[in-house]
Amino acid sequence: MLSLLQIAFLVAAFLTIVSAIMVVTTPSMVHAALWLILTLAGVAVLFLLLNAGFLAVVQIAVYIDAIAIMIIIVVMLTKGATRQRIRQVNKTWWGGAIAALILFAGLIALFTQTPALAVNAPALAMSQEALLEDLGMALVDVNRYIIPFEVASVLLLAALIGSIMVARPLVRGKDEEVEA
Amino acid sequence: MLEPWVFIALLLGAGMLLPGVAIVANWLLSPKKPNALKESIYECGIETVGDTHVQLKGAYYIYALIFVVFDIEAVFLFPWAVAYDKLQLYMVLEGVLFILILAAGLFYAWRKGVLEWV
Amino acid sequence: MIDVLKDPIAWIGDLLRTWLIGLGLLPEFVTFLLQLLSAVIIATAVLLLTFLLIWAERKIVARFQDRVGPNRVGPFGVFQTVADLLKLVTKELITPTGADLVPYNLAPLITVMSVVGLWAVMPLAPTVLPADINVGVLYIISIGAIGMLGILLAGMSSNNKYALLGAFRTVALMVSYAVPMVLALLVPVLLSGSMGMQAIVEGQRPIPFFVLAPIAALIFFISSLAEVGRAPFDLLEADSEIVAGYNIEYSGLKFGMFFVAEFLHAFTISALTATLFLGGWSGPWVDLYPVLGMLYFIIKSSIVYFVVIWIRGSFPRIRIDQMNALNWKFITPVALFGLVFTAVAEKLAVELGLSRLLTHVGANALLIILTLLALGIYARSARTKFESGTKAG
Repeated sequence: MLSLLQIAFLVAAFLTIVSAIMVVTTPSMVHAALWLILTLAGVAVLFLLLNAGFLAVVQIAVYIDAIAIMIIIVVMLTKGATRQRIRQVNKTWWGGAIAALILFAGLIALFTQTPALAVNAPALAMSQEALLEDLGMALVDVNRYIIPFEVASVLLLAALIGSIMVARPLVRGKDEEVEA
Repeated sequence: MLEPWVFIALLLGAGMLLPGVAIVANWLLSPKKPNALKESIYECGIETVGDTHVQLKGAYYIYALIFVVFDIEAVFLFPWAVAYDKLQLYMVLEGVLFILILAAGLFYAWRKGVLEWV
Repeated sequence: MIDVLKDPIAWIGDLLRTWLIGLGLLPEFVTFLLQLLSAVIIATAVLLLTFLLIWAERKIVARFQDRVGPNRVGPFGVFQTVADLLKLVTKELITPTGADLVPYNLAPLITVMSVVGLWAVMPLAPTVLPADINVGVLYIISIGAIGMLGILLAGMSSNNKYALLGAFRTVALMVSYAVPMVLALLVPVLLSGSMGMQAIVEGQRPIPFFVLAPIAALIFFISSLAEVGRAPFDLLEADSEIVAGYNIEYSGLKFGMFFVAEFLHAFTISALTATLFLGGWSGPWVDLYPVLGMLYFIIKSSIVYFVVIWIRGSFPRIRIDQMNALNWKFITPVALFGLVFTAVAEKLAVELGLSRLLTHVGANALLIILTLLALGIYARSARTKFESGTKAG
């Protein structure tokens, strides 16, 4: 008899996989972006089932609210995006399906042999509040994750500058002289 | 552990269901007389000219991009803010450095003129 | 009897729980049933509250404009909104040709869902918090921004150029103003050391955060106004502008739902400002009589909502390029520096043993002085540019 958590996991995982398949097979770009949002929401629910409330909310706040909306805007920036209806699968789709199934079987074999993975959500060492505080301390602790923390900010800065350089002709007009 | 989230799921579901019920009530009580002219697209009373799709400006992309960067920055800063009471001064200054690096990015965008809404 | 008066909701909850367990159901199932009941009650109460909110707005804006407002239907026109809703219910639901049916019908539901979801983490009293999650503030940011998604779906699926443009403009605006909102929300988390809403309210027991960080409170309030799309930022759905924006092709109660969501969102951000910066349910004697907490919460939210309506009745609409310039060139830098100043000031106050209140007041005063200096320099350079322009031209 399946426990409630397992049923919830199966439903959430099924929805996520179905949405993911629809993302790659639907002929319209706009619909693909909308199915992507559903997939990301499914992943957020999976995080919740693993007792990671913070990560679930971060997933919604970053992926659905920021990145999915940016993807939709970028789709609309291309000419004729809403008119395109391209068939997404070609004649050799069965080869890709077989490769995916083999990979899946291999991963299942690998995971079931690892004794550390339990069936239920793992019991956490500290309470949720304490975990969050520990994460905050770890991010600025000199012995732990301070370097990745600051490098992350530099990485974000680099991404910002790079995208601005690429998008500048779009904003300023292509006939203007672009200074470096 | 999951109890409050179950409530949130129920509240979101109720939030979708109640307007749904109201709209179904509307559908039941409303007259249904479809008419080609009524259902044509609204363009101030005249016929639609050209394709529905309009190409957006680059400014939309820039705003969404800057929001993505600042959203991820906020996600990094929330644990830092939660652990604030237990931090020492130099740790707080490391967080301030993080903020200032991204503020520099914002000023770069300002100076390059991409924040204008033309 | 006194127990009922002190804390009616917890008393009713215990009563129901003992009755249901007495019927022989499992405790977890009883918890689930009680949660289902409270979810339905909260969603219904919040949606019915909208009737009162719309009526209050119409009366107050009318008084600002030296007229009376609705006063025919019911005493003081209280049932005016009910009459309007009944009218909307009988309107025909016209679906435009070529519209994408599933997103088109989902959009009003998603928009209302995102606003109702915000009430799950609102602490109404010391003992009444529907969902006590420890990531309340981030939850508010994420669920509030799902409303953006509803607007985007509405615009994209309506098969109408103006709906599309209006929806994208609205989303661009909401996305832009979300940046200072998120930065301002970091300040209560910083000052109280937790993301949970109940902990933030309890951290305000001696001094509300509005006193410690007035600039952050103001920035949160202004950017929430822009997020909701209320005046003076209501460029995108005012009737004289881009033909009502993303909800052009909606009729009947589908349009009504967008309307309800907007008004409810305005009250919800008033309640959020009251909770995060004004102290929520804290006040005198709240420990003895938790019911008083709900009263204080309602009073504080109503005061902020009145200020929202006051702003609507007083200011002209801002143009969209002015809105964007205001956000990126003024509010976001001030929010960034406000966060930096507050973080440094709080830690310095603790390390050096200074009075917390005075250090924060000093830091905010410094920020205001620097902002005014920067504005002065900018104004002077703009004036010289303008004068040289007119002299040459």
